[in-house]
Amino acid sequence: MYATSYHRASSVEEAVQLRSAHEEGKYLSGGMTLISTMKQRLAAPSDLVDLRHIPALRGISIEGRRVKIGAATPHADVAASQELRALCPAICDLASHIGDPHVRQMGTIGGSIANNDPAADYPAGLLGLGATIVTDRRSISADDFFVGLFETALEEGEMVTAVLFDAPEKAGYAKFNNPASRFAMTGVFVAKTASGVRVAVTGAGSDGVFRHPGLEQALTSSWSADALANVSVDPSSLLSDLHANAEYRANLVKVMAKRAVAAAG
Amino acid sequence: MGVEGIGARVTRKEDKRFLTGKGRYTDDMTVPGMKYAYFIRSPHAHAKIVNIDVSAAKSMPGVIDVLDGKELQADGIGNLICGWMIHSKDGSPMKMGAWRPLAIDTVRYVGDAVAIVVADTSGEARDAAEAVVIDYDVLPAVADVTAAMRAGAPQLHPEAPGNLIFDWQIGDPDAADRAIASAAHVTEIDIVNNRLSPNPMEPRATLGIYDSAEDHYTCYTTSQNPHVARLVMSAFYNVAPENKLRVIAPDVGGGFGSKIYIYPEEIVCLWASKKTNVPVKWTSDRTEAFLTDAHGRDHISKVRMAFDADHRITALKVDTIANLGAYMSLFSSAVPTYLYATLLSGQYAIPTIHANVRTVYTNTVPVDAYRGAGRPEATYLLERTIETAARELGLSPAELRRKNFIRSFPYQTPVIMNYDAGNYEASLDAAMQAADWNGFSARRANSEARGKKRGIGMSCYIEACGIAPSAAVGSLGAGVGLWESAEVRVNAVGTIEVLTGSHSHGQGHETTFAQLVAGRLGVPIESINIVHGDTDKVQMGMGTYGSRSGAVGMSAIVKALDKVEAKAKKIAAHLMEASEEDIVIENGELKVAGTDKAVPWFQVALASYTAHNLPSGMEPGLKETAFYDPSNFTFPAGCYIAEVEVDPETGETDIIQFVAADDFGNIINPLIVEGQVHGGLAQGIGQALLEAVHYDENGQLLTASFMDYAMPRADDLPSFKLSHQNTPCPSNPLGIKGCGEAGAIGSPPALINAITDAIGNNRLTMPATSMKVWQAIHAAH
Repeated sequence: MYATSYHRASSVEEAVQLRSAHEEGKYLSGGMTLISTMKQRLAAPSDLVDLRHIPALRGISIEGRRVKIGAATPHADVAASQELRALCPAICDLASHIGDPHVRQMGTIGGSIANNDPAADYPAGLLGLGATIVTDRRSISADDFFVGLFETALEEGEMVTAVLFDAPEKAGYAKFNNPASRFAMTGVFVAKTASGVRVAVTGAGSDGVFRHPGLEQALTSSWSADALANVSVDPSSLLSDLHANAEYRANLVKVMAKRAVAAAG
Repeated sequence: MGVEGIGARVTRKEDKRFLTGKGRYTDDMTVPGMKYAYFIRSPHAHAKIVNIDVSAAKSMPGVIDVLDGKELQADGIGNLICGWMIHSKDGSPMKMGAWRPLAIDTVRYVGDAVAIVVADTSGEARDAAEAVVIDYDVLPAVADVTAAMRAGAPQLHPEAPGNLIFDWQIGDPDAADRAIASAAHVTEIDIVNNRLSPNPMEPRATLGIYDSAEDHYTCYTTSQNPHVARLVMSAFYNVAPENKLRVIAPDVGGGFGSKIYIYPEEIVCLWASKKTNVPVKWTSDRTEAFLTDAHGRDHISKVRMAFDADHRITALKVDTIANLGAYMSLFSSAVPTYLYATLLSGQYAIPTIHANVRTVYTNTVPVDAYRGAGRPEATYLLERTIETAARELGLSPAELRRKNFIRSFPYQTPVIMNYDAGNYEASLDAAMQAADWNGFSARRANSEARGKKRGIGMSCYIEACGIAPSAAVGSLGAGVGLWESAEVRVNAVGTIEVLTGSHSHGQGHETTFAQLVAGRLGVPIESINIVHGDTDKVQMGMGTYGSRSGAVGMSAIVKALDKVEAKAKKIAAHLMEASEEDIVIENGELKVAGTDKAVPWFQVALASYTAHNLPSGMEPGLKETAFYDPSNFTFPAGCYIAEVEVDPETGETDIIQFVAADDFGNIINPLIVEGQVHGGLAQGIGQALLEAVHYDENGQLLTASFMDYAMPRADDLPSFKLSHQNTPCPSNPLGIKGCGEAGAIGSPPALINAITDAIGNNRLTMPATSMKVWQAIHAAH
């Protein structure tokens, strides 16, 4: 790791100020990607602004069916929230299977989506739920937020502060792990929301998380795993790597979609 | 059997320190004035070094010096060598290309060491390394063994035209051809044994300390055999004479073969310590471990197995190509020859066997022994072939094996080995019973009703351990003898130190070796210490690999104990005015048999050191040394059965049950043996389902982290069902065969036989990842 300066912010305003004062600085949330990248000398921020000690960024609040999760809320808190589970068990289950126990204690929802790893779970969850990502300066729909591989709509110095969504009527998530990293080799989040059925796929797209219109149409016609039997998933825009080629991933997209629907009930 | 003697399930004495973080590994060693090394490595798989500019790096903060291969050569440090001579079938010696500890003109794999920075901190060393400017002239590279043999392929070493190291054979090719030509059935199969990275939990590390006042070197290192390291560094690498070089391998966190070899880093750190006059420490990071630890396996083979009309095997013919990487590692030549082809008879009476083995250079990490070393390759080949034959012949795989089992011992195979004892049918029967083999069809029907594919497969392995009779291996090309030594040192108060040339890096020697002594003398196990891993403490030794520490290392202790006991009995007889022949050792006392006369053990020890009243002419003291050279290899064997359920939608394999029925000869500590089997099975299952090293066509390592190299984890594995059907080994005093590698040797074919049985397609290579299994299911329909 190269030398870096550590700053602990106690408010969003202070964090933004610290970050803007250091051109080569970076926000640090759980650090589950950033710290290991720095250890490998693949990232060299001059300054780190730690967001984990800002009370306003942490916690889950629910009003009616409206859910708000603070950006610095660790996965373990989302997984363990009984109140959230009563409304949207799928997002709790998703959080409970991210990484390992250490990662779930340290990693945060804001950090995960700001990083937008193409194999991360939360991007599928939030895109599937049609969530809104709140930042220090605006609100961005999930459809606009996730732009590409490790790329989001966040501007320089912009900070995720919370995610908002309305609990869906039904939702489910199923993933097939990469045997080495245990990241999602393909993960599919399905949701029946007030504004329609949404199907989001992570781990498989060559351009990161994406929605699959064919699967959405089939589930709109009939919310059942069987309804997906005749949907074809085009491998041409899917990733090929050591562990899974595009054809296999196309198969997994369909199989995981069926299992997500089954999990959603 | 006492509570702490042979056969007792004694919990490991060493675990308290390991489990409480009190182990002392090489990286834990700190000495005054110590500095840190960073190795600058080639980013290219094949390139000429045009220029190395260290001027900017030398003035960086904290930098002591930056050293390169020319300076190392100028100081007379020699090439790394392969210590086992193999001759090609045309009589020519193997073609060993020069391996410099720091490359001078040419780099031949990604990770090849080029220069070293020594600095106050590891961070400063790495910072300075980034300021070293090396101009490379990049050459075409070849990582694939088949491509490396083609005309026009990039050439690695001028000594080895066509990248061919040797073209070796064993057995009678014409007899095999004749038997195949006249066979009632011939099974043909192509076999690939996937390349593996060893990944011990503790990465390699070394600390070189040069004492200018004494002109003496100390080397702390992660070694399975510190004396071999000293011998090789002294005799071949010209680091220092043996009396000026102390090698210490303290606690070592796993080796699996990869820590047998002497690597460039320990040589370079010792030399750099003299050059810079500071102690120099280097610790590998995980990526470096993937890039530079010797890999294992990487064979491709064509196999023909011939049967007569009665389904007896009449011949086996094997053509194997083994990838040895960019340089010949220390024992690399022995692995695909005498540790592999000599086991191709398996558990079967095969009248004619011929194997041809070609070894080839590629622009990859050197390949050498990895847990099993040659025997997993032989077992996988043989057990996949006989399973395939059973399917082709429409026979039960158990019955085809049973029909061909060797049943009388000793049995001379056509490929050197002379099996001394075994009962293969006993393990087969035990495994089939434990697996409820006969109830499989009902279980398969149940799986099918749930939309799953169920399969069952077996593997009957044999291996050669107790490595090895020195004269025999010497005649086959080994550069060393493979005996072991022990010293039993009884202190004046009766406590005991056992100095052994074996080295424990996870095997539990501090417990099993102490059990042997406790059982023999009837003294508490706490009164016995096992000392190993330091060339200044232990007389000499050949180290731990090839499941040799029980059969060879403990046999040396037995011989030393025999001498200690004989002297103790003489002293006791003298003290009690009895006849030496009447003295027995029981429960910590030396007794006159049939009387109530006895002296406690400690009193005899004390008498030997006070020397006030010893038999006339006897030397004081109670300390004896012995060297033990085995008379034969030992031959652990067994039967493994895997039962799997495959999800046809994803290709995912679930191991429903795994049964291991082993014959390890006599067992010292069943608890430790079970642990060794569990670990071996995990590694074998890892090879079968998960693990594979991948290079791209330019020789870049694609699997350089655990993000891409899949290791087996607890939830990949079932609970294992173990049993033993032991036939004592007649070739050593304890009747031990060895258990360290069996799990890794026997399990891969059982898994692949089970999966191919489940999916109805025999064309499947390791690792049988979900994708490959899914593809094979679709290819079958």
